[in-house]
Amino acid sequence: MKTLADLKKIREKAQEEMKLRGSNVRVKVVVGMGTSGIAMGAREVMKTFLEEISQRNLTDVLVTQTGEKGLSSMEPVVDVVEEGKDKVTYGNMNPDKVRKVVVEHIVNGRIVSEFVVSTGS
Amino acid sequence: MSLKRIDLLICCGSGCVSAGALKIKEKILTILQEKGLLNEINIIETGCMGPCDLGPVMVVYPEGVFYQKVTVDDVEELVEEHFIKGRPVTRLMLQDKQEQVVSAAKDIPFYQKQVKVALANCGYIDPESLEEYIAQGGYEALGTLLTEKSPADAIEVVQKSGLRGRGGGGFPTAMKWKLASGSKDKQKYIICNGDEGDPGAFMDRSLLEGDPHRVLEGMMIAAYAIGANKGFFYIRAEYPLAIKRIKGAIEQAREAGLLVKNIFGSKFEFDAEVRTGAGAFVCGEETALIHSIEGERGHPSAKPPYPSDRGLWGKPTVVNNVETFANLPTIFLKGADWFASMGTKTSKGTKVFALTGDVKNTGLVEVPMGITLREMIYEVGGGIVGDRNFKAVQLGGPSGGCLTAEHLDVPVDYESLKEKGAMMGSGGVIVMNDSNCMVSIAKFFLEFSVEESCGKCSPCRIGLKQMLDIMERITSGNGKEDDIEELIRLGEAIKQLSLCGLGQTAPNPVLSTIQYFRDEYEAHIRDKSCSTSVCLDLMHFSIEKDKCIGCSLCAQKCPVTCISGSKEEKYTIHQPECIKCGTCMEVCPVKAISKIPRMHDEVMAIREKQRLQSENEE
Repeated sequence: MKTLADLKKIREKAQEEMKLRGSNVRVKVVVGMGTSGIAMGAREVMKTFLEEISQRNLTDVLVTQTGEKGLSSMEPVVDVVEEGKDKVTYGNMNPDKVRKVVVEHIVNGRIVSEFVVSTGS
Repeated sequence: MSLKRIDLLICCGSGCVSAGALKIKEKILTILQEKGLLNEINIIETGCMGPCDLGPVMVVYPEGVFYQKVTVDDVEELVEEHFIKGRPVTRLMLQDKQEQVVSAAKDIPFYQKQVKVALANCGYIDPESLEEYIAQGGYEALGTLLTEKSPADAIEVVQKSGLRGRGGGGFPTAMKWKLASGSKDKQKYIICNGDEGDPGAFMDRSLLEGDPHRVLEGMMIAAYAIGANKGFFYIRAEYPLAIKRIKGAIEQAREAGLLVKNIFGSKFEFDAEVRTGAGAFVCGEETALIHSIEGERGHPSAKPPYPSDRGLWGKPTVVNNVETFANLPTIFLKGADWFASMGTKTSKGTKVFALTGDVKNTGLVEVPMGITLREMIYEVGGGIVGDRNFKAVQLGGPSGGCLTAEHLDVPVDYESLKEKGAMMGSGGVIVMNDSNCMVSIAKFFLEFSVEESCGKCSPCRIGLKQMLDIMERITSGNGKEDDIEELIRLGEAIKQLSLCGLGQTAPNPVLSTIQYFRDEYEAHIRDKSCSTSVCLDLMHFSIEKDKCIGCSLCAQKCPVTCISGSKEEKYTIHQPECIKCGTCMEVCPVKAISKIPRMHDEVMAIREKQRLQSENEE
């Protein structure tokens, strides 16, 4: 490290590593991980999200989980929350659907309406 | 490929470690391994998060959930519920006064009045990671300074910021630097004073352990300003983790090209090393510290010459405290005006305190200068433990003094505290409730100073011992009428005549308690009474005949068999033999035994008789 530019490069990379603790988050993906969610494959769904996001180097997307959401017949259920926009809830998710949601919704900003269960807060 | 979705920050400050933080970490690792979750959860051992009495504490990101008093048995549930199912375990979270669960770390009342500058990263980053420090803006201040500003500019920034030494004395940092920078000598040294020795103080240790790179960067900024190319961290050997972390930070900085030559492409050359001290209190005094690094005995020498003229190996040297260094990177990043906007007219910025004693939230806190003692004790500290009342607060350790309830609205700054007979000191704050005997407290600090006096000058070596003898006389019930005056006379003389800061301040705990609690001293001497029953010679246990049921339990348990009686006559304590162990009071099933806060008449009569006898013999 010999210049301020070198330092900046290291800083940006390190900040990316620490994004879970930071506030630089554009989209939050919340996976319902209640008992029925897990039984219906919520862990696979979450793993696919993590893999896709990591592969595509989406630095401003955060994956987190929540408990039972009460939509047991629609499990696994996933919320996609974007800053300043209505929350979108997807149901009956599986790894293939996850890949589509990542590409369409999270990257290109187009809601995948065929999987949507509800929108709004 | 990173699948990390949770950052688990486990506080590994000494408080939490002794409460079992490392065992909890091991257990978490085992369970994560079993469940195949190791690659999803990132475990980080951080420095002290502050609320030590809640330890072991941890924070789970991205939600920022704060867990307290976690035990090994809680780990299974924590992993299963929170890490797998995403349901925070509310029973391990803090509850506020309205019994609402406080979920996020930032909402905890303990943090509300705090402003973190020196401690900004402490408890938030991995102290052993250079990258995490850089992510928080680390080394940017140094890089900018080296590439764009002159040493004179650096001194001006610090002068404008109003930063004063955080070790206790409060000497303006810029002035120290100016004196050293004016010297033409080519070889100059910078020293980090990490010889923290006040009982109950752990600010410097926490900074060195929790954010070592910040202290190193601060030292490098100071070195550039004064023109030093070599730095020493003087840390006591009792702080092994602090030493390990600083050594690690220096090693990382060398590998990254931040140390030794051509730093940030500039001509500035600098290297640092760690010197460990044996833990003598006097080595916190700068001249004694310098002698210790030189390999000499840690004795202070007369000033002048000041270290800025003739310091380490006769070369111009600046000695700054750990916290002083820790403030520098942020001052240079955010600007002198920002720093000077906090605090009072003469004391700028923030100060780190180790809040201990009879207060609910003990721990490490950083507050703006000028905050009142009331805010610090009642809002940050959460008030007094139990149903007791506030009695006094001791600031500045063995060099400082006690303040009372009437001083609760005094602003915490260098001048205000000094005026009232205490001092800022390095930041130890011991809060005391009304079960504390002020004479005993003063004696405790005096014992410490007598023990730690290096013995070089007689006022300190002999004078303090004389004061301690008087204090021991008073607390054992043999005080004389003019003892208080004698203590004041000795104390004032020692303050004026001692060579270094240790002796010049050591009488303060006694003098300030005499000033504010003179009635307690008088009660000890005249009435042979210690109102708090702390001084065992000045209290006794007594069995109330009306309440006693004659069960004989006290007599059975008494280790010196000084209790006798029968079911009909009830039981009595033979006072002269009683060793005041308190066992009888503990075992009494009907609470018939109580503490009476004065010497028993019988004991007093025996002592008087002995005294007369010895006088006759003479």
